Amino acid sequence: MSGNRKNLLWLQSGGCGGCTLSLICAESPGFLTAFEAAGINILWHPALSLETGREASAIIDDILSGRILLDILCLEGSVMMGPNGSGRFHMMAGSGEPMKDIIARLATKARHVVGVGSCAAFGGITTTGDNAVKACGLGFDGELKGGLLGAGFADESGLPVVNIPGCPVHPDWVTQTLSQLSAGEMRPDDLDEFGRPHAISGTLVHHGCSRNEFYEYKASATRLCEIGCMMENLGCKGTQAAGDCNKRAWNGSGSCISGGYPCIACTEPGFEEPGHPFVQTPKIAGIPVGLPTDMPKAWFVALSSLSKAATPKRLRQNAVSDRVVVFPKRKKKGSHR
Amino acid sequence: MSRLVVGPFNRVEGDLEVRLEVDGDHVQSARVVSPLYRGFEGMLRGKDPRDALVISPRICGICSVSQSISAAEALAAAQGIKPLPNGQLVTNLVHATENVSDHLTHFYMFFMPDFTRDIYAGKPWHSAVASRFAAMKGTATQDMLPPRAEFMHIVGLLAGKWPHTMSLQPGGVTRVVAPHEVQHLRALLSSFRRYLERFVFGGPLEAFAEIDSLAALANWASRKAGDLSTFLQISRDLGLETLGHAGDRFLSFGGYAHENGHLFTRGLSLGDVPQKLNTGLISEDISNAWMQGAGPARHPFDGETLPDGDMESGYTWCKAPRLEGLPAEVGALARQVVARHPLALEMVANGGNVEARIVARFLEIALLVPQMERWLSKIRPDDAFITHADMPDHAEGAGLVEAARGALGHWLKVENGKIANYQIIAPTTWNFSPRDASGQPGPLEQALVAAPVQKGETDPVSVQHIVRSFDPCMVCTVH
Repeated sequence: MSGNRKNLLWLQSGGCGGCTLSLICAESPGFLTAFEAAGINILWHPALSLETGREASAIIDDILSGRILLDILCLEGSVMMGPNGSGRFHMMAGSGEPMKDIIARLATKARHVVGVGSCAAFGGITTTGDNAVKACGLGFDGELKGGLLGAGFADESGLPVVNIPGCPVHPDWVTQTLSQLSAGEMRPDDLDEFGRPHAISGTLVHHGCSRNEFYEYKASATRLCEIGCMMENLGCKGTQAAGDCNKRAWNGSGSCISGGYPCIACTEPGFEEPGHPFVQTPKIAGIPVGLPTDMPKAWFVALSSLSKAATPKRLRQNAVSDRVVVFPKRKKKGSHR
Repeated sequence: MSRLVVGPFNRVEGDLEVRLEVDGDHVQSARVVSPLYRGFEGMLRGKDPRDALVISPRICGICSVSQSISAAEALAAAQGIKPLPNGQLVTNLVHATENVSDHLTHFYMFFMPDFTRDIYAGKPWHSAVASRFAAMKGTATQDMLPPRAEFMHIVGLLAGKWPHTMSLQPGGVTRVVAPHEVQHLRALLSSFRRYLERFVFGGPLEAFAEIDSLAALANWASRKAGDLSTFLQISRDLGLETLGHAGDRFLSFGGYAHENGHLFTRGLSLGDVPQKLNTGLISEDISNAWMQGAGPARHPFDGETLPDGDMESGYTWCKAPRLEGLPAEVGALARQVVARHPLALEMVANGGNVEARIVARFLEIALLVPQMERWLSKIRPDDAFITHADMPDHAEGAGLVEAARGALGHWLKVENGKIANYQIIAPTTWNFSPRDASGQPGPLEQALVAAPVQKGETDPVSVQHIVRSFDPCMVCTVH
């Protein structure tokens, strides 16, 4: 019986557990408080719950038999389909059954199904290379609809698998998405083509990037630890990647870019195979491949050469330094230059 | 003789199944099963070597920084460079933040909830422990999560985020630290220290780190302040100092590099007797793993990882790492024994055990937080934080570090500028390894032998204490 409380079951499969570890770093409020406020009752979580072995299996059995109603099923980690479709690469401990089959059966019982992290959403890092283990997401296999549950999957409210992207997820993305689901507020219109809430994917990593002034003038870093824009040389995909990472701090004050390394677009399907070394921008005739998605290339090239020509010395020098070496000048009051 | 299969074995990082043969009131033999295979070693083959810094940290969400540093060290060795001093200091600070944080996560979220179980309802300590350490709902977790999250701001500032940073590079780090940021980090550490001393230790960190005997430890426990002394009292009541003895062959790759070696030394110890360590004599045996391969066990530089779920001799995806053909226990206890901390040495005098493994983690917390304060004061903000070097077309390198859970190694071979081979041995690969060709069980398999099984128990609580005392990380184990 779920009453007013919404029952949540969290399972892990082909992943690293890092989305749970990110979640427990949630602040203002912490995740336990956020869940409590949203009326979410954790039936079982592999890292957090007391129940082990038979006690844990009993909870899952009760959901499958309908004795416990399941409101939200969360999967962290990709679904392991291999080898040869057997799911053998991940058998659920103590059950002798492939995890993929258990997930599929539970999904038919859940009011909502949530993919936590890019692995559960799209396959993610587990599919790197030739995806020898045949990992996929719940509702997607990379960019293609399908995955474990099939392209036509919809829950009873018409929602597809709700995907919280990221490698790892930001803790707030999880608490906010699950709270909206718990409140019955999530509508199909709130999700983008990959099942990601617009609340997450409606912002680009580029927005709020502390290196924006360098970007505007194409004042580029040439090596890691330089403070210029990392798009031209160092593979940064912030202008193309979903996420409010530079508007919503990670671990107090951080983001990948504030940490000095490029965005690898970990919120996007297929990020694990960029087709080039992660920290090296591929170029054709000196022009970076992979420009902002909604900008005509000719315009970008024209604007870039114009802004490069206009780059102030301050930005040109700072871009290739590891800290600000030329400070912004203040205009003196009363001066008319 | 009866058989028990315990799984899903939770409150470990990742997936675990333990198969037991029970003889009356005790475990007669155990087999440890790692049921998930992802194949990172195969993913890395053919990649640009720098990509290891993106891919390999994602082996593990709880020791991601350790994976990162292992990869960075392997790349640095292949490039023939070392990180600049500032880079090493920041790397150590980020690493220590992860490791200390992992020790706390383990104690409060993974290990202690087992003492709230009904099986202990008759114990005088049970009701207090049940409200303090209940999974998710206990006051201890609620007290711990906010300071832990704030402590992680150190990684947010220095390395962008946790887990899965890309800041830690072969030649240093990707971000300088300004003087005002050093002061902010100092304040974060001081805030965290206040929490530790008040709630966890019930006394000054330095005083705990100086405890040099079991008698002094008992003294500390008798003051009844802090969650650690609660554990020590439970432990003595239940006899956890006699539970979970493995082979007492302790291995450490050395924790926290500095110019002249490591803060916690690299080495091998048989009980409390130091032994010569030759990492060239590490090999991985696959005779009981679901892995293909022929010939004798190989050193990881020449290792291969070819999964085959149909191998009839196999019972786990985990290989069996051996040093000179013998298993080794790794982790905080091994690290402190090898570093010759007097308390650690006395704790293993009668054999390693559940209590010693827990206490060793607290020793490390008490040693590391003051050490982090010292590292901070050594940062020279005006100097560079990274050096750059090209990767030769042909090279090899190993990165041997200490994760929270013990010795972690990455072995890399580069050919024609690409990764030709990449092999990883994680701490829990050592601890939770299966039997090898000569039938020797891995450390956990040894530690479970003779564990008491009470009447009617299907998931014996003693087995749970022993398994969790290793703080297993199963996602690292097979990777």
